[in-house]
Amino acid sequence: MAFKTPKNILLGTVLVVTSISGMAFAAGGGVHGDYKMKHPDWSFKGATGTYDRAAAQRGYQVYREVCAACHSLKYVAFRHLGDKGAPFYLEDYPNPSDNPYVKNFAADWQVADIDSETGDEIERPGIPADYFPDPFPNEPAARASNGGALPPDLSSMVKARGNGADYLYNLLVSYDVPKPADVELTPGLHWNPVMEGHKIAMASPLSDDLVSYEPVEIIDHGKSKIVDAPPATVEQMASDVTQFLAWTADPKLEQRKSIGLMTIIYLLILSILLFLSYKRVWRDVKH
Amino acid sequence: MSGPSTYEPKYAAAKWMDKRLPIIRMGADFMTFPSPRNLNYWYTFGGILALCLVVQILSGVILAMHYVADVDKAFASVQRIRRDVPFGWLLQSMHAVGASMFFLAVYMHMFRGLYYGSYKAPREVIWILGCAIYLVMMATAFLGYTLPWGQMSFWGATVITGFFGAVPVVGESLQEWLLGGYSVDNATLNRFFALHYLLPFVLAGLVGLHVWALHHVGQNNPIGISEKTKEDTLAFHPFYTVKDAFAIAAFLVIFAIFLFYLPDALGHADNYIEADPLKTPAHIVPEWYFLPFYAILRAVPDKLAGILLMLGAIIVLFILPWLDTHKVRSMRFRPIARWFFIFFIFFCFVLGWCGAGTPDDIAVPFGKNSGITFYRVSQIATVYYFAYFLVILPVLGLIEKPLKRPDSITKAVLGDGKHGETLAPAE
Repeated sequence: MAFKTPKNILLGTVLVVTSISGMAFAAGGGVHGDYKMKHPDWSFKGATGTYDRAAAQRGYQVYREVCAACHSLKYVAFRHLGDKGAPFYLEDYPNPSDNPYVKNFAADWQVADIDSETGDEIERPGIPADYFPDPFPNEPAARASNGGALPPDLSSMVKARGNGADYLYNLLVSYDVPKPADVELTPGLHWNPVMEGHKIAMASPLSDDLVSYEPVEIIDHGKSKIVDAPPATVEQMASDVTQFLAWTADPKLEQRKSIGLMTIIYLLILSILLFLSYKRVWRDVKH
Repeated sequence: MSGPSTYEPKYAAAKWMDKRLPIIRMGADFMTFPSPRNLNYWYTFGGILALCLVVQILSGVILAMHYVADVDKAFASVQRIRRDVPFGWLLQSMHAVGASMFFLAVYMHMFRGLYYGSYKAPREVIWILGCAIYLVMMATAFLGYTLPWGQMSFWGATVITGFFGAVPVVGESLQEWLLGGYSVDNATLNRFFALHYLLPFVLAGLVGLHVWALHHVGQNNPIGISEKTKEDTLAFHPFYTVKDAFAIAAFLVIFAIFLFYLPDALGHADNYIEADPLKTPAHIVPEWYFLPFYAILRAVPDKLAGILLMLGAIIVLFILPWLDTHKVRSMRFRPIARWFFIFFIFFCFVLGWCGAGTPDDIAVPFGKNSGITFYRVSQIATVYYFAYFLVILPVLGLIEKPLKRPDSITKAVLGDGKHGETLAPAE
């Protein structure tokens, strides 16, 4: 029966691979025929990919100054910005609530609260434990300010679309693609070849030099490093904010990949040892 | 358990216990259980599935400690598990990916049973219990998929519970009773959570019966010839514990690759959007493991007929032992049935492919803008699926001439005649 084993393994592999490719079979997406999707080489892709800290920090700035006017980030707290694997993590501050970046950013936002003395509704500067405040008090208010459309929450946006990072980037950079003559737009809608249905309520949010980038400081292999500010082109800002939102969608990515590597190495060694044990236990047994 | 017990209690405490509750004996008999010596790797999925159930129950119990079953809080509670609960991201992914792995293993296990004729006498009850396990697994997976309260959770639940509304006369009341209201809402979410927590233990009970029946009649094997002598068998431990352990470790490597590197590859992006009863997603598709049945459901234009077909696709599995009347178990010795079986697997994949597609889209293009739609392809595949069980196997049972089979497992392993003399006489 021994000769059957490689055949069976082969058959099994074929089955597994077919099933998996079947499972991963995804509908092609709704990109307009003439538009060619760009596929930037994201730093966080691949088995060992990590977030580009400098880009994600600039991306935070883009979110803060541009997106946050309409889009909430309601599942992300300021303290998350200083967690391990986050854009503003500092080794000296294992507790993100002590992280000076986090404290400053939090204080930069106004958070709705109740005055504990008087019970009045007040606004106070944020603290690290606060979540990113919603730009609108409620859904009707959000719709009223946006021509009836509801700006979606961005916390998990990169996971909430197929191939989300590419989707988001292409959506942001494709506003200048000319509209085909036969497409009619109702007022309040804009042509965008990447958006499902190619019509989007959001006007082009980015334009060159919309934000003024400053050099950012990152920790590279334990050493502080200053990364010069790149020109704030639409592509650059789109790429940076995608880095930031990729992190908000998957904040444990780096932890996940490093634990994964160790786990798989462990399992491979275990498999080899078990295979050798199997061979030894069965050495005198014909089967 | 089959055969007399060979366990001898050695210590006083063990003897004391053995007279009162022979639980150590049960464990010992389990470990010495005589298993056919020619089991291949396809037979390791049983052990893999037991592990899958344990992984799902353990991760699930911990997730339930953090999950909030409330339409306003469910989605946020899953976000909190993924972002703030220590290793919550790991547990949540393990549970979601684990469900896919569970189905992957159960399909391998079922295909193995179909190929080697493991459903034939005297193993009909093992097979039927297995079908019941599969049915409960499907229910559990469906209920669990509702809990994160994403768009696919909500709309999947709406579509599936809508099936009950198609039942004549009592349909609407039945649907309302199941949902606890007129639509999928808080009452639905809460009962789904309660049942999702309950069913895995029902599953564990059924697995106990499945294994009990297996130990009563003994395992089938790749040549489908019953064990006749002691030489035909090996003790479960250490021979199959070590083989299963190796297979489990190899399976866990695949599991880990998905868990750590492709955690979303098997899910749907829309489920990262919170459920919105006012916004229907463009394409409502179930998880991959339901796609073949989804394709069968949509293969006919009538809703009720589709539901009956889908149910029939599972019911037909339950009665399979009486549909395949051929005396020979293993398809190794059934040259014709073997080909039909290979086509059967092929069409199962085709059904899965159709389930993922949109019925009106072109599946097989012929020239420009014409070809066969997914709808037609799924009809062809559905016809084959049912024909395999209801026509091909019953007919082959009457007409197929099997190949020459070895006299025993030992002879199949050691070759015919050459080593025959060295064998101990049959008991």
